[in-house]
Amino acid sequence: MHGSSLSIDEGEFIVLLGPSGCGKTTTLRMIAGLEIATGGRIDLAGEDVTALRPSRRDIGFVFQFYALYPHLTVRENLAFPLKSIGMPRKQREAEMQPIIERLGIGHLLDRKPPQLPGGDQQRVSLGRALVRRPKLWLMDEPLGQLDAEERLLMREFIKEQQQELGVTTVFVTHDQEEAMALADRVVVMSAGEIRQVGSPIDVYERPDDTFVAHFVGSPGMNMLSGSLLADGFRAGGESGVVIPLHAPVRGAAASLGVRGEYLHLDPGGPIPGTVVVDEYLGAWRNLHCDTPCGRLVLRAPGDQAHVPGDAVRISVQAERALLFDAAGKRVSS
Amino acid sequence: MSWMLHVEGLRKRFGAVTALDGIDLKLGGDELLVVLGPTGAGKTTLLRCIAGLEQADAGRVCMAGADVTGAHPAARDVAFVFQNFALYPDWTVRRNLAFPLQAPGRKLSAEAIAAQITFAAQLLRIEHLLERKASRLSGGEMQRVAIGRAIVRKPRLFLMDEPLTNLDAKLRESLRVELVRLRRELGTPMVYVTHDQAEALSMGDRIAVLQDGQLLQVGTPEAVYRRPVSPAVARQLGQPAINVLPAQRVDGHWCLDGGAAVAVAAADAPERVTLGIRPEDLAVTGGAHPAEVLVVEDIGPMVVLLARWCGHEVHLLSAKHSDIAVGDTIRPQIDPERLVVWE
Repeated sequence: MHGSSLSIDEGEFIVLLGPSGCGKTTTLRMIAGLEIATGGRIDLAGEDVTALRPSRRDIGFVFQFYALYPHLTVRENLAFPLKSIGMPRKQREAEMQPIIERLGIGHLLDRKPPQLPGGDQQRVSLGRALVRRPKLWLMDEPLGQLDAEERLLMREFIKEQQQELGVTTVFVTHDQEEAMALADRVVVMSAGEIRQVGSPIDVYERPDDTFVAHFVGSPGMNMLSGSLLADGFRAGGESGVVIPLHAPVRGAAASLGVRGEYLHLDPGGPIPGTVVVDEYLGAWRNLHCDTPCGRLVLRAPGDQAHVPGDAVRISVQAERALLFDAAGKRVSS
Repeated sequence: MSWMLHVEGLRKRFGAVTALDGIDLKLGGDELLVVLGPTGAGKTTLLRCIAGLEQADAGRVCMAGADVTGAHPAARDVAFVFQNFALYPDWTVRRNLAFPLQAPGRKLSAEAIAAQITFAAQLLRIEHLLERKASRLSGGEMQRVAIGRAIVRKPRLFLMDEPLTNLDAKLRESLRVELVRLRRELGTPMVYVTHDQAEALSMGDRIAVLQDGQLLQVGTPEAVYRRPVSPAVARQLGQPAINVLPAQRVDGHWCLDGGAAVAVAAADAPERVTLGIRPEDLAVTGGAHPAEVLVVEDIGPMVVLLARWCGHEVHLLSAKHSDIAVGDTIRPQIDPERLVVWE
């Protein structure tokens, strides 16, 4: 991490989103005290905790690989954080009971983690991170080991619990769809830097730079390189395709970004293309087309099948297109 | 069509658990078949039986017309790609790729081996990584090399067991397109196992839906998505999930439990049915009965609505920028051509 700053409000659900190696897990571990920062400071509820040991930070941590004690029962796993601060048995039981009910794991208490399916193990580990009523709930890709169906269920479950408990949460993932579904604000990271902080819609509709534009959204935003004209954008060189723009833009722009849902199959469209891959996805399809402006991926209705080699023409919904400068920064508002 | 692979009546038990309960499956000579199912459905066991890594209790596996049920894995000439990149970490990429070509049974010259490595490296765009140690590769690079190791031998069949599962979402998205392109260029048939419905729909020439060791439906992605044979199949594909509503036939209409008529019913249809309506086939306006919007979720390219309609909670997919808010009243209308009716 190269000197990033971030403030999180009480009760907020923050998602750190980025590719492998971007520093999101390191950031989470530094917040937890599992990793020592080389510089900078961390305040939690107004208190400087930079030098505090993890156990003193009042944090609940959920790991990707559950990290439950396999030889202890679910009940003993849940009691562990309370036992370690010397809480007497009676009080432990009282503290655990509401969490057990809330997470619906009462029937699992006498079982051992290795006997449980992944979703149940992660439920127990969510519970263990909550029994101490931490100020902060930290989760490192907690859905990564679950299959697609379980992942959706668990995603809804975590969001529900977080909203009802109002516990401030920082959640790490590389999956932009997960980030969009869970976050109040998304922190998009790359190479040890924060690239943008904003609501899911902000980072999707108004990415600050071309990295965020590419990383958020599945598929990422299409980028057409070219130059700005008085009345439009010319993708490619001198003989490139001219795309009319919605409003006049001043300044230097080197690329035009447009999401696949704002590209349309249109016999009168300015961009000629050849279908390379037609990815059927049920409700829609991603049409990958080779064009003079490079490879474009547009979102077409599910019932419009194409085969590789089909010739198409594409138009751009100009009021939804964004301009970026040569350094990749967004210039249009 | 000539079948490259023919699986007949395959059964496999592990103790009390039935992993495969009579599987019949055919694979064409130039086809990508996706086996889709949740954890524990039997997907991996099926793949391992085809590869010969597991012996079935009953049934037959035939390849190119020959019975290989009892044949040694090496004799089957298939390539298996695992979820966990099985590379030798201390070896270079080149040595990892050369390894399957240097098996005792194969008498290839050094030139032939080098040529095949170049061929695979070009296809997978990993030429610049050939001299690097496997342990120094990123996850995406490792999986590309693992796939490369499967294709250098030019096997007659690829078996892939969730090869993209351990990769970043972004990388998965691009590799699934590349894998389809690669397979097409090679013209080698493939069985691809996954629990990810988006991979299944987008990659498969056909999809085989597996659950509890049984095949529920086999068909093209369009057929399985549009005409699922049961709610269980329908729920495995599509996100948000299909709306499944009980209904009965009253005066030529399908009526939901409360008695609200929502679609025209065929005269010869049974009286009590289950309706399947995909969220994108439920329009926001035009219907007879009101619904209250409970949740509006902007997922980026579209908006997902959850609404209470005739006593049921239903999902709808709506266009962006439509200004529908929580508490609004909408009038959902079913696209009658898209309605799925199950007995």
